[in-house]
Amino acid sequence: MTRTQSQTSRQAGGTPLVELRDISIAFGGVQAVDRVSLDLYPGEVVGLLGHNGAGKSTLIKILSGAYRKDSGEILINGERAEIDSPADARRYNIETIYQTLALADNLDAASNLFLGRELTTPLGFVDDARMEAETRKILARLNPNFRKFSEPVSALSGGQRQSVAIARAVYFNAKILIMDEPTAALGVHETKMVADLIQELKAQGLGIFLISHDTREMMELCDRVSVMKNGQMIGTERVEDVTEDDILSMIIMGRNPKREAVPA
Amino acid sequence: MTDHTGDTARDNVAAHGGQGPRRGNLFARFIGATELDTRLLGMVGALALIWVGFHVYGELANGFGAFLTPRNLWNLTVQTSSIGIMACGMVLVIITRNIDLSVGSILGFCAIVMGVVQVNILPQYLGLGHPLIWIVAIICGLLVGTAIGAFHGALIAYGGIPAFIVTLGGLLVWRGAAFLVARGETISPVDPTFSLLGGGPYGSIGAAGSWIVGILGCLAVLALIAFGRRQRVRFHFPLRPVWAEAVLAALGCALVIGAVLLVNAYHWPRGIVNRYAEAEGITIPEGGLEISHGFAIPVLILLAVAIVMSVVMRMTRFGRYVYAIGGNPEAAELAGIDSRMMTVKIFAIMGFLAGLSAVVASARLNSATNALGELDELFVIAAAVIGGTSLAGGVGTIYGAILGALVMQSLQTGMVLVGFDAAMQRVVVGGVLVLAVWLDILYRRRSK
Ligand SMILES: Nc1ncnc2c1ncn2[C@@H]1O[C@H](COP(=O)(O)OP(=O)(O)OP(=O)(O)O)[C@@H](O)[C@H]1O
Ligand SMILES: [Mg+2]
Repeated sequence: MTRTQSQTSRQAGGTPLVELRDISIAFGGVQAVDRVSLDLYPGEVVGLLGHNGAGKSTLIKILSGAYRKDSGEILINGERAEIDSPADARRYNIETIYQTLALADNLDAASNLFLGRELTTPLGFVDDARMEAETRKILARLNPNFRKFSEPVSALSGGQRQSVAIARAVYFNAKILIMDEPTAALGVHETKMVADLIQELKAQGLGIFLISHDTREMMELCDRVSVMKNGQMIGTERVEDVTEDDILSMIIMGRNPKREAVPA
Repeated sequence: MTDHTGDTARDNVAAHGGQGPRRGNLFARFIGATELDTRLLGMVGALALIWVGFHVYGELANGFGAFLTPRNLWNLTVQTSSIGIMACGMVLVIITRNIDLSVGSILGFCAIVMGVVQVNILPQYLGLGHPLIWIVAIICGLLVGTAIGAFHGALIAYGGIPAFIVTLGGLLVWRGAAFLVARGETISPVDPTFSLLGGGPYGSIGAAGSWIVGILGCLAVLALIAFGRRQRVRFHFPLRPVWAEAVLAALGCALVIGAVLLVNAYHWPRGIVNRYAEAEGITIPEGGLEISHGFAIPVLILLAVAIVMSVVMRMTRFGRYVYAIGGNPEAAELAGIDSRMMTVKIFAIMGFLAGLSAVVASARLNSATNALGELDELFVIAAAVIGGTSLAGGVGTIYGAILGALVMQSLQTGMVLVGFDAAMQRVVVGGVLVLAVWLDILYRRRSK
């Protein structure tokens, strides 16, 4: 299975797809991310958990080029990567579904999906018809009930908007996928489709960072889970080695029961 | 393509699975099937109201309705071109949530620069009337306008100064600079070829030329409709019914041909005909010689600007990014769009168009004064907003802005015709600007 595959790649000491080393960033006085290290292997799903404001989104935004880190380094396939802008991240095949979705409300689904990477005709003009056709294809897989192709995304429901954001992240053959609460607005059926999608992408060898507050969902989807609190990394554990309660106590208490031989 | 208000009607059709128009009264069916923008129709209605209103008012008050005459309407098109050209740029500025209060002053400064270049500088080196003079002068004017715009854009994008402040400063700086350069003097007369760009009998293309433009226009209308239909067939998108396509084609062509008939119905004044006949050695036949004006060159310049800018906005990445930045600046950044550079480019385009407007405006006056373009910023912003550009950003069209410019200029011309004085004109223009924004807000609230 894919899970064992990624584990062997990790245990055999293969190079991680992504390695974040001692990443820090502060906003004014707030140390939003404080010397956090984390890695991700091909075909692996790593979950990020933590209370509101723990620094999860900020950490992944550093990887996606939205923020510039104050210190630390990022390695992609074992090589130092300079990611100073979203365009840099895209060059490393990093795709991101942001918590805020980052959609231009006045544009339709196709324009959003291809924003910054428009398909063009031989004359260099944007090819709206082809982009819409491609959008119809990919959304048919993600959300078969999606119909509003020619309306601005402001006219879409929260779940439909989320589908557009997911479609954008998976369309461009990402190698590293960042999903910040991708199912927060989705119905049961659509959530299931995203879970299937994650399995499928994982099987294709993508590395996925997944952020969610749903501990049970995370235990099912992830290979490893990391817990952050107040900008610091509490710990990273393989899901087989911990229980949901262990995770919860890491989130709430900020302590890792597995690593503390004798609790005080 | 729903990146502008123009496609709301199409969406109605699409939302109904393309099973033809909705039920309802005849008008709703017509709108649904032709996918015409209701807002556009509203503007056309307002325009008709203004035209007929002023005409009837003149009829009643002065015994002569001077508005709906070929002469007045022809003049209206020429007067609209200067504002219209700048409104095409203002749309981009406002869509990206900025404002440019300096366009009138940039116009004035560019006009003075071109005046000095073609009257005071070049003749010394090239000799008076050299064919290069007007070309070099225009290039200088356009470069200066573009540079000023880019400079404003850079202060806004990289300096982080709000556009309102930068361009308010620009409003004063460039007006003052125009005065300083010319020491307050009026520069005239401009180069004879240059002055053709302002219109007038010689600055128009005549009857035959206008028919050629008209026929090209009709072909373009047909080609656009045919191309649109082919694209929809190719990707299996819902189609308009054939009768609706036919109605649209007929409407479009009728509009173009109507415009040609109108501009050709306005003949040269007798005095100019006589002078022309004398110069060309033509004997004037019995009953007089009738020479049509046809389209004025500044109107054709506006047309060209409108076509280029519409293509840029609807069919290029640049245009798509303008809308994206207006819709959600953060999303645009995250999509890898360099919005600072975009801001510089947008203001540079605005400056270029102000320079082009300066060509038209000073050519029409046959002189450059440092007061040229005063208060134009108000008219241009009003034109864009009346034309459906949302001050909240993200929404606006080029054709809307030009219609808006026509509305503003119609008001202005109409007030002059019926004899309102300057003070009254300002009261009305100011009131209309606020009213237009308010109506826009109501319209958007309702359509949400
Ligand atoms: N652009 C910013 N400017 C200032 N402070 C910020 C900014 N972005 C995040 N922060 C702060 O950094 C901290 C971490 O925020 P972050 O959004 O990463 O939390 P999170 O773990 O994603 O929380 P949630 O579960 O609510 O999404 C918070 O204290 C937040 O206020
Ligand atoms: Mg978050």
